[in-house]
Amino acid sequence: MTKLTYIAHDGTRFDVDAENGSTVMENAIRNAVPGIEAECGGACACATCHVYVDEAWTAEVGEPEAMEEDMLDFAYNVQPNSRLSCQIKVRDALDGLIVRVPERQG
Amino acid sequence: MQCRTISQWGQRMTETIKTDVLIVGAGPIGLFAVFELGLLDMKCHLIDILDRPGGQCAELYPEKPIYDIPGWPTISAQGLVDKLMEQIHPFKPEFTFNRMVSSLEKLEDGSFRVTTDEGEVLEAKVVVIAAGGGSFQPKRPPIPGIEDYEGKSVFYSVRRMEEFRGHDLVIVGGGDSALDWTLNLQPIAKSVTLVHRRPEFRAAPDSVNKMYAMQEMKELQFLVGQVSGLTGADGQLSSATIKGGPDGDVEVPCTRMLPFFGLTMKLGPIAEWGLNLHENLIPVDTEKFQTSVPGIFAVGDINWYPGKLKLILSGFHEVALMSQAAKRVISPGERIVFQYTTSSTSLQKKLGVHD
Repeated sequence: MTKLTYIAHDGTRFDVDAENGSTVMENAIRNAVPGIEAECGGACACATCHVYVDEAWTAEVGEPEAMEEDMLDFAYNVQPNSRLSCQIKVRDALDGLIVRVPERQG
Repeated sequence: MQCRTISQWGQRMTETIKTDVLIVGAGPIGLFAVFELGLLDMKCHLIDILDRPGGQCAELYPEKPIYDIPGWPTISAQGLVDKLMEQIHPFKPEFTFNRMVSSLEKLEDGSFRVTTDEGEVLEAKVVVIAAGGGSFQPKRPPIPGIEDYEGKSVFYSVRRMEEFRGHDLVIVGGGDSALDWTLNLQPIAKSVTLVHRRPEFRAAPDSVNKMYAMQEMKELQFLVGQVSGLTGADGQLSSATIKGGPDGDVEVPCTRMLPFFGLTMKLGPIAEWGLNLHENLIPVDTEKFQTSVPGIFAVGDINWYPGKLKLILSGFHEVALMSQAAKRVISPGERIVFQYTTSSTSLQKKLGVHD
């Protein structure tokens, strides 16, 4: 299991154990992290699972691909560390990953 | 997202369209309802805000595979829509696209009169709401106070280009809608500023090249950044603040803004129809899938009942049962004979497969 931490907009911390191969979005939904809507269910088609990757983790998580970058155009207050959590796959190297939930989704 | 703002607004129908069943929403469940209702001899007319059938399957994830359609180990969402269109073809459903239902009234004879947002009038004995997550509507960009300007100086679509003549125009977005309108309105606007959060665009490369060429010629301005604030009074815009660009905050004087931030789903005017609602869903019974108003049914993602699952396959089941109930509304007293398509010659005739 890989440990992930979500920090909700109000500062509440959610530490969860995630299975490798699942997505950061799926684990947020399973653990009822507030502020992750995932309207399209993970099809990279809506930009409502937008998160900010903690600065210490941006290099390891990597950059969004072109399609995700296109979808990020629809997200609220996009920053250089913005990602759609449905496009981040959990793996060993992400053990300890911290992501922050924006004030709102779109 | 496609640019569907340039559509056939001209063809306004004046005659009332009459049908047995008006289906609101042409997604997979609305389409399959045509089949089940058709087997029971009911004619259907479908209305959808999109410009083609398929709903979310067509708009959100056409290329994505679906794995839980019985009998199809895998099928793309668009593939499913295509198959459903083929399946309902014998029943000759009619479609009105690019329209949203607005008002509904119950007539004295128990039928319903429904009006679209462009003024068309339809009358049906039964209304089936198969509106999924709601109507696709332009997404409001996250700019504080933008509501005050909507419909006065901020618009989410261009219905008449003349309304933008002579204005200082800010267009926001990086898709085809944003680029097409930048190019089309530039000749008549006083000035055009395109704002997008990055120098790459989703729009067709040809449009992007044209835009950059016009920027070279100083015929328009392109700014990288996000609109963070609006200034104006009484709904009239006077400037927009763009942040996040290379030059820090930039103030752009403007009198009209067109944000293109894609589509989101909203229940829309159906919420005003006097139906009981439960967290923006429409509660129904699980025998008829009827709403709190007799003669109005709700199927698919938009309805709610204990145990509800938002699955396409559940919606298919719902329309089969709903059709039995709808038949009783349309042909009261008529005996409904339960038949299988495999063995019934009368059903096969309707399907055009009987030899």
